[in-house]
Amino acid sequence: MKDEIMFEVKGLCKDFGELKVLKGINETFYKGDVAAIIGPSGSGKSTFIRCLNLLEQPTSGQIVFEGNEITAKGFDVNLHRQKVGMVFQQFNLFNNLSVLDNVTISLKKVKGTSKEEAEKKAMALLERVGLADKAAAYPSQLSGGQKQRIAIVRALAMEPDVLLFDEPTSALDPEMVGEVLQVISDLAKDGITMVVVTHEMGFAQKVATRVMFMDEGVIAEEGSPADIFEHPQNPRTKEFLSKVINVI
Amino acid sequence: MGFFEILADYYQYFLQGTRTTIIVALFTVFFGAILGCFIALMRLSKCKPLQWFSKLYITVIRGTPMLVQLYIVYYQLDFLPYPSGTLFGVDMERAIPCIIALSINSAAYIAEIIRAGIQAVDVGQTEAARSCGMTSSQAMRYIILPQAIKNILPAIGNEFVTMVKETSIVQYLGIADLMYNNGIVVTATYNPLPCYYISALIYLVLNVVLGKGLSIFERRMKKSER
Repeated sequence: MKDEIMFEVKGLCKDFGELKVLKGINETFYKGDVAAIIGPSGSGKSTFIRCLNLLEQPTSGQIVFEGNEITAKGFDVNLHRQKVGMVFQQFNLFNNLSVLDNVTISLKKVKGTSKEEAEKKAMALLERVGLADKAAAYPSQLSGGQKQRIAIVRALAMEPDVLLFDEPTSALDPEMVGEVLQVISDLAKDGITMVVVTHEMGFAQKVATRVMFMDEGVIAEEGSPADIFEHPQNPRTKEFLSKVINVI
Repeated sequence: MGFFEILADYYQYFLQGTRTTIIVALFTVFFGAILGCFIALMRLSKCKPLQWFSKLYITVIRGTPMLVQLYIVYYQLDFLPYPSGTLFGVDMERAIPCIIALSINSAAYIAEIIRAGIQAVDVGQTEAARSCGMTSSQAMRYIILPQAIKNILPAIGNEFVTMVKETSIVQYLGIADLMYNNGIVVTATYNPLPCYYISALIYLVLNVVLGKGLSIFERRMKKSER
């Protein structure tokens, strides 16, 4: 199972005008990976993960997903995004829709699933994250932790091959971080492939199968959680970890 | 003659004028809103020439007086074969160029309101919709527009109320709207003040009714969110 390649990234660069954010990333993600991307602010972590579902169009380089080059001209972006779920830092639940509709709308409108089937599926998923009782509520009535769990359910409903998390707990109040990380950990145990940009080092250490340290637009170091957290080789990795872990 | 005598003797003039005002306003609001949507979508499209056209359109319309626009449209389009005859008692040959001119004017303001409303919706909403595999038009239709409409309703209501009042300039082209008939009654009675009070009252009633209708609609839109 380890051998099946999900994403293959070659020489990925992304500029925003004069600013070079990604400076040549080469990386491969395999099926079943739980990859945690860590690193300082402004290192390009979010831009990198957003390139994987083409929310950002790479300036140069190549991304191959399940054998198809998604950076090629004329590639069907919408089809790709059905297979790649995304969870945002700011949750981005659809404010005009109820929780149930948030989860079912893309099933109904994009995949053409019937209303009954979509709702049955949504309720089962909501049950799983303990929010079935909120199906009729609107996003404005939910706490941050609840919103993020719904956002995860919304992404899961499309049955994606891989889930991308862009700092899923950074906008949460501290007491709600746990409930969201619990859901993500459970998904990881189920073997769902995921790429998680995170500042939660404990999570990266315990749940991830691979950890990547990004700095100044490149992946400076990567390895198993044990490699990165216990025996970092790169001086920048050491410096970063000493700052985020040994805070009193 | 006082207020009540004028009302009793000349109420038909005011009623007919009001009918014309309502008809011109309804058509203007309708066509202005449709045209305004198109101008707004052009402004937000990725196609540069469409963007330029809509920017130019909005600049020109906002930068020139409506009365001037009315005369320009009237004389510029006089080659058009307008249908003769009347619609609900309104002379179409004169009313149609007025409706065209007012709609063109209103569209510029409505376009800006719609554009602002769409841009006020958090970009994260679009990103989330696209990330679920929706096309940009699906995202627009199911996620962005429903939220934008809620944002723009108060401003659109304002614009509608403004248009009802602004229709009073069509009297300069000899259309027998409320203000035109008001003038007839003034000449006949030599007592302008009560006539203007009556007209003011009628405009007020029209706009209060319109405002009530819009606020009911607004409340219903809000309810779907809480």
